[in-house]
Amino acid sequence: MAYTEEELKKELETKEYEYGFVTDIESETFPTGLNEKIIRDISEKKGEPEWMTNWRLEAYSNFMEMEEPDWANVKYKKPNLQEISYYSAPKKKPKYESLEEVDPELLKTFDKLGISLEEQKKLAGVAVDIVMDSVSVATTFKETLAEKGIIFCSISEAIQKHPELVKKYIGTVIPPKDNYYAALNSAVFTDGSFCYIPKGVKCPMELSTYFRINQAGTGQFERTLVIADKSSYVSYLEGCTAPSRDENQLHAAVVELIALDDSEIKYSTVQNWYPGDKKGKGGVFNFVTKRGICHTRAKISWTQVETGSAVTWKYPSCILKGDNSIGEFYSIAVTNNFQQADTGTKMIHIGKNTRSTIISKGISAGKSQNSYRGLVQVASRAKNTRNFSQCDSLLMGNNCGAHTFPYIEAKNNTAQIEHEATTSKIGEDQIFYCNQRGIDTEKAIALIVNGFSKEVLNKLPMEFAVEAQKLLEISLEGSVG
Amino acid sequence: MEFKEKLISSHLAFEEDLDLFDTVHETRANALKIFEKKGFPSKRDEAWKYTSLDSLINQDYSLFPKSEISIELKEVKKYFLYDTDTYKIIFIDGVYSPFLSNTTHDGLDVCLMSAALSKPKYRKIIDNYFNKILPNEDSLTALNTSYAKEGAFINIPKNTIAEKPVEIIHFSSGKEESLWLQPRNLIVLDRNSQVQIIERHQSLKTHPVVTNSVTEIYLHNDAFLDYYKLQNDLTSASLIDNTFIQQEKNSHASVHTFSLGGKLIRNNLKFFHRGENILSTLKGVTILEGKQHVDHSTLVHHSKPNCESHQDYKGIFSERSEGVFNGQILVDKIAQKTNAFQQNNNILLDDKATINSKPQLEIFADDVKCSHGCTIGQMDEEALFYLRTRGIPKKEAKALMTYAFANNVLESVKLPSLKKRINGQIANKLGVNLGFEL
Repeated sequence: MAYTEEELKKELETKEYEYGFVTDIESETFPTGLNEKIIRDISEKKGEPEWMTNWRLEAYSNFMEMEEPDWANVKYKKPNLQEISYYSAPKKKPKYESLEEVDPELLKTFDKLGISLEEQKKLAGVAVDIVMDSVSVATTFKETLAEKGIIFCSISEAIQKHPELVKKYIGTVIPPKDNYYAALNSAVFTDGSFCYIPKGVKCPMELSTYFRINQAGTGQFERTLVIADKSSYVSYLEGCTAPSRDENQLHAAVVELIALDDSEIKYSTVQNWYPGDKKGKGGVFNFVTKRGICHTRAKISWTQVETGSAVTWKYPSCILKGDNSIGEFYSIAVTNNFQQADTGTKMIHIGKNTRSTIISKGISAGKSQNSYRGLVQVASRAKNTRNFSQCDSLLMGNNCGAHTFPYIEAKNNTAQIEHEATTSKIGEDQIFYCNQRGIDTEKAIALIVNGFSKEVLNKLPMEFAVEAQKLLEISLEGSVG
Repeated sequence: MEFKEKLISSHLAFEEDLDLFDTVHETRANALKIFEKKGFPSKRDEAWKYTSLDSLINQDYSLFPKSEISIELKEVKKYFLYDTDTYKIIFIDGVYSPFLSNTTHDGLDVCLMSAALSKPKYRKIIDNYFNKILPNEDSLTALNTSYAKEGAFINIPKNTIAEKPVEIIHFSSGKEESLWLQPRNLIVLDRNSQVQIIERHQSLKTHPVVTNSVTEIYLHNDAFLDYYKLQNDLTSASLIDNTFIQQEKNSHASVHTFSLGGKLIRNNLKFFHRGENILSTLKGVTILEGKQHVDHSTLVHHSKPNCESHQDYKGIFSERSEGVFNGQILVDKIAQKTNAFQQNNNILLDDKATINSKPQLEIFADDVKCSHGCTIGQMDEEALFYLRTRGIPKKEAKALMTYAFANNVLESVKLPSLKKRINGQIANKLGVNLGFEL
């Protein structure tokens, strides 16, 4: 690779948030504010049945009684929920039968994002559901999936076409009154993805959702529901970007995974919301609730690469309810400049012989703060449970912070729990060794960071791993001197 | 009347009769205000998430024992470290017992807090050190401060080594129906001085006793402190121990906590660094059964470069006992080259036993070596089998392994007679005689 230090320096200086463009699409946006009428309007706009409307309203009344929590190790100006518009959709035809009908502006957006729908269709074999602002705009590969009986569509469509499934499972893992932002989401969610894998079916391709906040002054509240029926398998990817804006945008999503007996769900996220500029202005508040429930012998695996957002506050969790179920959590969280992340996982062991693995890698640079907060809980009847947790932090420069807050609660004497955490910086000897072999410092650091994160990167599906690796490099650029 | 109200209203009644420095009166009054505002901590406080004081504070206690009580030496002899000639500061129901004690003013001060808080020659020390490192808004330490009157006062001058260890023992006689004790200790080690201290709280009868103790320790440059806390009380007694240690350049402080018995024990052990090249050691062994509850809450605040801290806590929990470990390491931005290590290993022997562990790292400096490890597990069945194939009965084999598990911590006990004592206590607890010493 012919790449000199000069070029690199130049690139570093000019490097900005790559996805910071705004797409000029006419959209229909609701007036700002949060009240019962808005919720009714959203529900009406989406043509929802009555039970859904009532469900939202109940969530809203719960929400009204809740207070915004402040226990996380992050500082931010609380978003004013009355200044957000809760519905924004590209104005053109809301449903597309094929790509030809899609607004060319929109297609351009996807090109810029590096996801050419056509190309992906042919090459990667990934089915993509794209959610822009609040509404799902395109779902690819529907027919191929339908042949296998797999339902992969937007959640609004699912509410229309498969109400029995949605009604049965929505809110069962994350009840509407679970927490402040989950309640808000339950009340005002506008779209999201829905996925159902029938019994015994192994989903032949990666399913993917792409989220993008486009419109100014809107919040994005999507809801994802993935149900893997008995003995099925699905791998699900989620990506996100947002334009660069000066104000903070709110993203409060809810993701529920249901893994029935013997099934497996692999959920990977590459989160790259706009992190704010170098001075810490703007950026997305990413307050997400993600949780999965494992029935007997089921497995849920969360993999996340968190590089974006001004403030990240999320804990993808596993409830290991069934015996012999498995939960996994692999995470890389990178914070730079003024970013703050408080992320981790919860592993709730209820069933016997349940196992969980937690690998969390935090990299902090600039003036950022990076926290791992996790819970491993073993209920008293959960015999022979096994947990291994490892949290490593890497600090770059002396203006950042790395924090670890693990909670370990064991109520059963047959539980075996291990927790390890380390904090370190990149060793001078390591860099020296690389320099000796003709690798310049910047590259050496990239190499070391890559090695540091390898355990997690390996867990990502192929296409994502490449993207994630690039993201890591971009996020850390200029952070070492 | 709720106990909190009683604590507040009883305060005034006795304040005027006390012969203390005016500044101390002031401190006491301010502290009471904090306690009045905050009240007792509840499970809603993050630091008290796993330990509830409700079972302690929902009843009444007498705050001031009626009169001086004398105890025969032979009754309590077994609680002394008899083999070693030691300085002793003995309290019975919170009142100093000159008969049992052995204090000194010869070259160093091993005496009473009440003397230090009122005699003019100690005025300067009290002005400099009393109530200086306690957290501002902590309700329990404030409660102690508001009643601060009696306890141990140890002052080791420059270049002095205390020849004998100091024993601080609080007996509760059981003459009172139920008792709430609030001893307050102050220990000052001037430059290049050394002292070894053993502290224990012991009930003689099964009447409810709660001790809310505060100890402030100051180490100046090159000072050396070796502190042992023996917590092997009856199951009627509870202890809230708040110990705060401030260290200056090149000083070494080590605290060993042996929690072998008690109804509820909460150890708040906090280290603050004020200079470079400091070493702090925190070690503990917890062996519990029944419905006992022990909570270790530690903090090492690294605020200067080139310091080291080691934490090593082992816990063995059987029956319905509950253990909590909440260890915090804080490394400030300026504290480069910090080496902080924390380890917490636990064994649950019965399926009703619980352990809640929360090892925390908060790090703001980049050139540091910080790690923590926490494990929860059982005895290695294979090792147990191995021992049994060698003809060692299961019970002894288990005891042997428990010993081995706690060994790291016992090893660093520097007083041979104390080590033997603890060794014996652990063997006793496990109901076996190993026939050898570790």
